[in-house]
Amino acid sequence: MELFTYARAASPADAIKAAAAASTAQQGAEVRFVAGGTTLLDLMKLDVERPSRVIDINHLPLAHIERMPGGGLRIGALVRNADLANHADVKQGYPVLSQALLSGASGQLRNMATTGGNLLQRTRCVYFRDTDTPCNKRRPGSGCSAIDGFNRTMAVLGTSEQCIASNPSDMNVALTALEAAVVIRGIGGERQVPIGDFFLLPGDTPDRETVMMPGDLITHVILPPPQDGARSHYLKLRDRASYEFALASAAVVLATDKGAIRHARVALGGVATRPWRSPEAERVLLGKPATPATFAAAAAAALRDAKPQSQNGFKVELAKRCLINALTTVAA
Amino acid sequence: MTSNEFTRRDMLTVAAAGTGALAGGSFPMTPAAAAPAKEGPESMPTLMDLSLSVNGKEHRLSLDPRTTLLDALREHLHLTGTKKGCDHGQCGACTVHVDGRRVNSCLKLAVMAEGAEVTTIEGLGDPDRLHPMQQAFVEHDGYQCGYCTSGQIMSAVAMMKEPWGSDDADIREAMSGNICRCGAYQNILAAIRQVRHG
Ligand SMILES: Cc1cc2nc3c(=O)[nH]c(=O)nc-3n(C[C@H](O)[C@H](O)[C@H](O)COP(=O)(O)OP(=O)(O)OC[C@H]3O[C@@H](n4cnc5c(N)ncnc54)[C@H](O)[C@@H]3O)c2cc1C
Ligand code: SF4
Ligand code: FES
Ligand code: FES
Repeated sequence: MELFTYARAASPADAIKAAAAASTAQQGAEVRFVAGGTTLLDLMKLDVERPSRVIDINHLPLAHIERMPGGGLRIGALVRNADLANHADVKQGYPVLSQALLSGASGQLRNMATTGGNLLQRTRCVYFRDTDTPCNKRRPGSGCSAIDGFNRTMAVLGTSEQCIASNPSDMNVALTALEAAVVIRGIGGERQVPIGDFFLLPGDTPDRETVMMPGDLITHVILPPPQDGARSHYLKLRDRASYEFALASAAVVLATDKGAIRHARVALGGVATRPWRSPEAERVLLGKPATPATFAAAAAAALRDAKPQSQNGFKVELAKRCLINALTTVAA
Repeated sequence: MTSNEFTRRDMLTVAAAGTGALAGGSFPMTPAAAAPAKEGPESMPTLMDLSLSVNGKEHRLSLDPRTTLLDALREHLHLTGTKKGCDHGQCGACTVHVDGRRVNSCLKLAVMAEGAEVTTIEGLGDPDRLHPMQQAFVEHDGYQCGYCTSGQIMSAVAMMKEPWGSDDADIREAMSGNICRCGAYQNILAAIRQVRHG
């Protein structure tokens, strides 16, 4: 691990000002906030992250979950994953989020991991984590070791010639299906970014994963009011039953009216380079009866553009079955 | 280090430019103990003073900021009951309580635990007065080599206060963050079940 200076931010303004000195907020940032530390410390030990300055934001007043006037929740960036998952309003109004969080990591890690940190967690691509191998995400222009290498766990949707790494987060998939917004405070003030615009496709710049700029501090995540009469569900499939990342996952929100689907939100995890909203699947579902045939058609639409690699072709079928299963559960 | 990555000098410069904006003052670095940085005029302090409250006792330490809570406990406070398995959050051997909640001490900087109450296996009980969970692990043979055991016990004790159901599947899921290479899971489960159901 490289040497760094450590300081505690006394206020969001302090944190933003210090981080704004960095040349980037993406891979290679010289200044990093630390929240739970479960991504940052892990990667600093591997020399994948090498900040010269670490700013502890744990003392900022961002650890609350508040009800919004008119419905919806405002979740502080420092709310721990365990507390968010077990919050009564989340369990009641957004079961998909609670389930996604509880399916991730372990009891210990969920006590540490924060809402803001989870949004920004990095890929588990083995080459990204190994500084001895080429990786365009870690070192732009060096090549992608996964395309001709071990790619069983990589993405089949949203990939590019430069990077095929999957986004590992469970929470982000649920937030995508819930159409959450990320509240960011930066040197230019505050802005709200819809979750659908927050994550970038790898394209030619896989080192750029989000719209975050130097100095940007995530302060909150906003959940819109739950859809009237909708039910939601998260299903995660993986190599072992717990304490493992998703090979494929699905977050669904569905409402039916006299048997016909009147509201559908579908997001996939484990199979895409960013949390993957599927408007294609949603279009198939809307207005149709909630039947196995409809669900199968939706799953086919969601994976139509899938581009499997040498070892991860199984993910296409796995993701379809995962989505069908999640839709069946929520419609039951 | 390759040319298209940051040089040490670049990073030091940025670090120096960034100082001042923060409440670094709440964190007195120790200039006396600071070794001069290898390059450049901007020196980076290598040790910082902090105090840790562990098992009810306050300790003053002077640590490299990179020191994890796990290493501070083991290497500096010589509380070696807490184990290092993977050092990356993947095994649970390093589980301790911070303000009563279980965490992986390998992924937390020691300095981040300042102001919190840390409890390790040594603070849970001692050979003459075992904590009920320690006692249950002994009674049910909840280990083989014992390497994962303190993490298992710390995790199990904290899990009792978390909102989990009470059947075996719930206990298994709640305890999945603690890997046992010896595969003593059946007996670990039996020990926890005994404490949970009284
Ligand atoms: C062994 C293991 C297993 C795991 N399994 C899963 C799993 O199954 N599913 C899953 O979804 N996740 C899993 N995780 C990942 C875990 O969920 C993330 O590491 C965690 O959510 C990150 O949150 P944190 O607060 O610890 O982030 P940190 O490590 O503190 O921060 C991560 C990044 O975000 C930045 N950051 C943090 N907060 C802010 C903020 N408010 N504003 C701006 N920048 C910020 C930091 O600078 C850093 O770059 C696992 C992790 C480990 C180690
Ligand atoms: S898939 Fe992306 S993260 Fe993995 S080696 Fe290729 S460029 Fe790096
Ligand atoms: S040593 Fe901390 S989880 Fe393995
Ligand atoms: S008893 Fe040996 S690792 Fe668990």
